[in-house]
Amino acid sequence: MSGSPVDWGVSEAADALARKEVSAVELAQALLARADKLEPQLNALTWRDSEAVLTAARAADEARAGGDSRPLLGVPVAVKDVLSVAGQPCTAGSKILQGYVAPFDATAIARLRAAGCIFIARTNTDEFAMGGSTETSVYGPTRNPWDVARVPGGSSGGSAAAVAARLAPAALATDSSGSIRQPAAFCGVTGFKPSYGRVSRFGCVALASSLDQVGPMARSVADAAAIYQAMAGHDARDSTTSARPVGDVLAAVRAAKDLCGLKLGVPAEFFMPELDAGVAQRVRAAVDECRALGAQIVEVSLPHTAYGMADYFVLSAAEASSNLARYDGVRYGFRADADELGDMYDQTRGQGFGAEVKRRLLVGTYVLCRGAAEEYYRRAQQVRTRIRRDFEQAFAACDAIAGPVTLTAAFPLGARRDDPVSMYRGDSLTATANLAGLCALSVPCGFTAEGLPVGLQILAPAFHDELALRIGAAYQQATAWHESRPPMGED
Amino acid sequence: MSRARRWEKIERPFVAKELMMSDYIASIGLEVHVQLKTRSKMFCACPAHDESEPNTAVCPGCLGMPGTLPVINREAIRKTVKVGLMIGSKINRRSTFDRKNYFYPDVSKNVQITQAAAPLCVGGGIEIDVGGQKKFIRVNHIHQEEDVAKSLHMEHSTWIDFNRAGMALMELVTEPDMASPDEAVAFLVALKEMLVYAGISDCNLELGHVRCDVNSSVRPVGSEQLGVKTELKNMNTFKGIHRALEYEIERQMETLRAGGTVVQETRRWDDPTGQTLPMRTKESAHDYRYFHEPDLPPIVLDDATIEGWRAELPELPAAKRARFMADYGLPEYDAGVLTADRAIADYFEAVAKKSGQFKASSNWVMGELLRALGEQGETIAAAKITPDALAALIALVEAQTISHSAAKEVFQELFENGGDPEALVKEKGLAQVSDTGMIDQLAEQAIAANPKVAEDYRAGKEAALKFLMGQVMKLSRGAANPQLATEALRRKLQ
Repeated sequence: MSGSPVDWGVSEAADALARKEVSAVELAQALLARADKLEPQLNALTWRDSEAVLTAARAADEARAGGDSRPLLGVPVAVKDVLSVAGQPCTAGSKILQGYVAPFDATAIARLRAAGCIFIARTNTDEFAMGGSTETSVYGPTRNPWDVARVPGGSSGGSAAAVAARLAPAALATDSSGSIRQPAAFCGVTGFKPSYGRVSRFGCVALASSLDQVGPMARSVADAAAIYQAMAGHDARDSTTSARPVGDVLAAVRAAKDLCGLKLGVPAEFFMPELDAGVAQRVRAAVDECRALGAQIVEVSLPHTAYGMADYFVLSAAEASSNLARYDGVRYGFRADADELGDMYDQTRGQGFGAEVKRRLLVGTYVLCRGAAEEYYRRAQQVRTRIRRDFEQAFAACDAIAGPVTLTAAFPLGARRDDPVSMYRGDSLTATANLAGLCALSVPCGFTAEGLPVGLQILAPAFHDELALRIGAAYQQATAWHESRPPMGED
Repeated sequence: MSRARRWEKIERPFVAKELMMSDYIASIGLEVHVQLKTRSKMFCACPAHDESEPNTAVCPGCLGMPGTLPVINREAIRKTVKVGLMIGSKINRRSTFDRKNYFYPDVSKNVQITQAAAPLCVGGGIEIDVGGQKKFIRVNHIHQEEDVAKSLHMEHSTWIDFNRAGMALMELVTEPDMASPDEAVAFLVALKEMLVYAGISDCNLELGHVRCDVNSSVRPVGSEQLGVKTELKNMNTFKGIHRALEYEIERQMETLRAGGTVVQETRRWDDPTGQTLPMRTKESAHDYRYFHEPDLPPIVLDDATIEGWRAELPELPAAKRARFMADYGLPEYDAGVLTADRAIADYFEAVAKKSGQFKASSNWVMGELLRALGEQGETIAAAKITPDALAALIALVEAQTISHSAAKEVFQELFENGGDPEALVKEKGLAQVSDTGMIDQLAEQAIAANPKVAEDYRAGKEAALKFLMGQVMKLSRGAANPQLATEALRRKLQ
């Protein structure tokens, strides 16, 4: 196995561990050392416990010595600070969950634990995953490994930066309107948002229950697929998961060679006026690369794309206003001192939540109020149906859809901090996949003139996760964009 | 006797005021919350009805910890739908859950999962009987929801026990069809009887299994439009509901008579002072911001499922009463008493079928059995006498093998210790003497020993025969068949 262990992806690390070229302890130590070195610049991680990680790694090594040959045994995975890992803090980047330690594993975590993974660190996130830059976290902003003056995207910026900077071969993240795909694009890594209902949300701090989905971030589609395969499938503890069989996605992804026979739709609406020219150019070039791989490119239309961002905002704020009601200081987490119950609620939530969260809770509460609900919440549901229909019609004419992930490449830290609408607009190309429940993949497809990564988005119909991953895998076999490394931490 | 009257006799120590006789008419609507008899809670696997240490029957789910999700308890759905089937509701084939948003420490998520847009059961109703007057009370709907935690208010703090949080509740909402406290209580009694019958809930009021929000309004006689209503929250005894309604309706009427207006508000019943007191007005009422619960898919019920559940329904009290009257020729009173408790009704039927003596079976169950149970404060499960044994005892009486008073003695023995009545009769020497030769002999002895009394009888003093009967019984040590003894005496005295 070539290079330093920190450079290995999931499959390389798994192979090296299987061949006992490296022990799980050595691999974990290398990654922890790199984190110690880079974290002062990056701030991608919110928590790590070297002792606990090394104990888990030792256990994995002992298991292997005892004949255990689970494919992911000893493979380290970083976890976004919204997923519960038993015994680890789970704070969603918020002061209000200060001191809360999860007493149970999320289902995604439990399945990866059963597969042998080690949870090496927790990654930074916008507070309650509300944001597109990882700047609203109580732990401070995470920086983009390609340019530390820029944001890594968000809300899963910590996971994206950790994978890009080689602090972990893969990370778990969540995506409610692009929170996996956009940071993946900004940081030049692969990010996959599975179809709604494919990965259990049990144990995942809820932002917007009808939109949230847990997914992997990694340095290749094959690696993302390996993590996805280990955690996907029906879960009795999440009633919104599907009972459809997942299938052997990993084998299908490994077998992907070209795109012959594939009808790839390109929606004109994705190339909106706000789309940065450099990003547009790279994505069009990527579509050409797909054509060269045998795909038939067809033009499709998604007329309601422009409403996606606003629609997401109303619906997610409404659900969030209800989901976040439980953070009240009564049972766990931060509690402000007050003499009276109403005061305690006000002070706890007033001090515990940051400005962006409060903004959304106010909006969400308002859009559900008697009088306003018709105009906002119900209308937003109707728009959601229109967006879903757009995709149904488009998928009648093509197998999958390709387009840009983001309107721009990574922007400078602080650039949008005081302009929330421009921040929300960053979800314009990704939110519709969540609203329609589709699966969507972001793969690196080149760089802007400034040397910043650009992502190609591949969308497939709900429960055609294997198709989206196969397309991405074929693309990565023909291109090397995903192999580029940020200039960081090389001595 | 009607159901309501029976309740009155058992539980009600007061006299209803003649509210209907005034210039105003009252309209009462009930929202009845019933804890279902399920093993686990509504949306998590925690044990329900756990009376152990506070905050021990809890999990991350019912404590509202981050990332937890609700999972529907199918048994609760089955039970609620069965209630709908019993009262003739339309069962929604597709039913959904909604979130009710409000902040209070007893709601762990500050969100209660309930049903607003598409409840499980819509419509239906229950017939009540108050003083022989039958009336149909319409039900608006029945929905499924989760219970909240129990709050214990101390002087400077409030303690919360989450053992109750998340227990399966059904909420039945009536139309404002009841016109008096008697009718409201009759409805609750009839509902409770039905729920206990079908095993839906134990309806133990002391344990808070049934809690009621009581809406009432009054309007002048002749007016079609309902008056402004007030709501009494969280009432948990039928007696309290009756008293509170009497007070509240009278208060509303007095307000209107004095030229005032009733304010739409929530009030609470203050039992010690016997008053209702204002809690909050409509202006400060919550906007619960109901919206579809995104964590739960709709409940879809097909015909086969619903019909399967319908087939599990027991015969309901009203139907059983009618059948007992038709099949066993019982008077309405007997049928009412016997069917008030499903276990008693089953016991009676077993005795009646075995013995073939329907009225005698009814008399024994209503008389001796209920008396003995009442004395010990026990349910039928505590009785050691089996239906077969009681049937055998009845047969012994009918065959005049033992006297009625001897049978009562045998019953008591069997009730306490069980056993075979025939063996017991033999063991105790209680069998009646029906040997006419022996009885003739005893009759002659009695007459010979009391010539004066015999003379009185012959002179037309019928009472003299009773004295001689007593002598025969004494001579036989109580074993003589009284009928044969009477016949023998009359014959000998002619």
